[in-house]
Amino acid sequence: MEVTALKKKTFEIRRQALKMVYQAQTGHIGGTLSSIDYLTVLYYEKMRFDHNNPDWPGRDRFILSKGHSVEGYLSILADLGFFPKEELATFCQFKTRLIGHPDRRVPGVEMNTGSLGHGLSAACGMALASKRDNAPCRIYTLLGDGELGEGSVWEAAMFAGNYQLDNLYAAVDRNHLQISGKTEEVMQLEPLRQKFESFGFATEVIDGNNIAEILAVLEKLEHISGKPKMILLDTIKGKGVSFMENKAYWHHGLIDQDQYEQALADLAEREGTL
Amino acid sequence: MKIPCRKAFTEELLELAMKNKNIMAVTPDARGSVTLNDFAAKLPDQFVEAGIAEQNAVGVSGGLAACGKTVFVCSPSPFLSGRSYEQVKIDVIYNNRNVKLIGVSGGVSYGALGFSHHSPQDIAALRTFPDLTLLVPCDGIQTKALTRYMAETKGPMYMRMGRNAVPQIYSEEETFTVGKAKCIREGKDVTLLAMGEMVWPCKEAASLLAREGIQARVLDMFSIKPFDQEAVIKAAEETHRLVTVEEHSVLGGLGSAVCEVTSQYCPVPVKIIGLPDGHVIAGESPEVFQYYGWTPEGIADKVKKWI
Repeated sequence: MEVTALKKKTFEIRRQALKMVYQAQTGHIGGTLSSIDYLTVLYYEKMRFDHNNPDWPGRDRFILSKGHSVEGYLSILADLGFFPKEELATFCQFKTRLIGHPDRRVPGVEMNTGSLGHGLSAACGMALASKRDNAPCRIYTLLGDGELGEGSVWEAAMFAGNYQLDNLYAAVDRNHLQISGKTEEVMQLEPLRQKFESFGFATEVIDGNNIAEILAVLEKLEHISGKPKMILLDTIKGKGVSFMENKAYWHHGLIDQDQYEQALADLAEREGTL
Repeated sequence: MKIPCRKAFTEELLELAMKNKNIMAVTPDARGSVTLNDFAAKLPDQFVEAGIAEQNAVGVSGGLAACGKTVFVCSPSPFLSGRSYEQVKIDVIYNNRNVKLIGVSGGVSYGALGFSHHSPQDIAALRTFPDLTLLVPCDGIQTKALTRYMAETKGPMYMRMGRNAVPQIYSEEETFTVGKAKCIREGKDVTLLAMGEMVWPCKEAASLLAREGIQARVLDMFSIKPFDQEAVIKAAEETHRLVTVEEHSVLGGLGSAVCEVTSQYCPVPVKIIGLPDGHVIAGESPEVFQYYGWTPEGIADKVKKWI
């Protein structure tokens, strides 16, 4: 996909995610909106998969370690044909498989997550298995920045560096906010680049809401061997909806009808400037 | 011949892994305690050292299993069942991965090393997880058979073994069905139900009791989950009194599992012998066994006084 087409796709996915959160009156819209640009590039441009055969052994794999940002992820999987789009209306409804975190009953979902600090370890296991089997699979995972407080993340980071898992592409949705407020006020995370570099990662910091930068950094990292990759995506929580941007409230905030209409209008206006 | 179950496990695992390259062993710096040194030397491509990081070891095991591996993640059970409890829940159970959790030196095996190294809560902690098979073998023959079962059967499983060399209870030809208790002695007056290292003293206690005219049935409850409810009901109906013996807290383990059956289907008096709800006395594990009366004489004595 061309950059402009990818950008247009991110608006479509954002609208769908907002609709799900508005209709269900639950969800995690802030971190969903910050991460949709990265997910869109992965799924529409980078990853190899077959939506008709989601278990194809040669596929690339993606784990949404920050599982609460599920609305964009499910919207993308439905849009790509992994399951019917109409099913998105069942998000968080009684008996649904589209629960508020990724669920492997949904075709295309590689791992059930929800509790934080699990995705990177599992991604390491998948990356190591692929390397031992000489399989050319790439393993992608997306973590939240608040999630980096979990000690298991750093155990996994040590493991990834030790085993030189260069087929592992980890990224952090660095939107600087977690449920209680600013990440640096809850628990200091910086200097993150140096931390991951010292654990053996080829580490890049980019504007995580900029499609061209995401494409370029992935292309660059694909040429690095012998090291796991870490992309620190500098993003805006609530990206695309003015009244949500950079506000911790929208980690888990609920949208009323006026806000929903305002959000859609906001997106339409921004899309118009493409 | 006496051998520790963990030794029987690693011998069998190595043999299986030589024939099946999808079998992998993962360990958080416990290759020595588990006796995996041979495996690591002979099959380096099927061995993963995770360092002292049990949470990541279990998480990585889930990822390996997701790519088609049959993963045996091996560690002392206090750390495997405690430190990585949530990884067992999420990465193994919730994701239904083909991961075999191998807890060595379970219960009070580490004796005088203290509370940090004891795991008399592992069965209680893990028993409520759905879909997790829980196995506690009592000798080398059974350990090898259950290791083969784990390698051949998909799904999350936990096997707990003690550290002591244990006497052989079963013959080489013996077969085991997961979900079915093994009756190792018939009796009509009382039934002793045990798991792991407590099976042998129960078997011996039954001999002592027989000399005094008490015919005790002995059931090896090696399959804690799935649990053989039928064998418990039959024992309750036919012997009217049950005594459970476990190297585990009296809360939430074998005794509790038995009472969950009897209280609903066949109420009979049940005596639960295990670790009282408190801190374990210091000492090597045979001394601890002696102190709590987990010896043939101690068990026979408790049974006599009770019935």
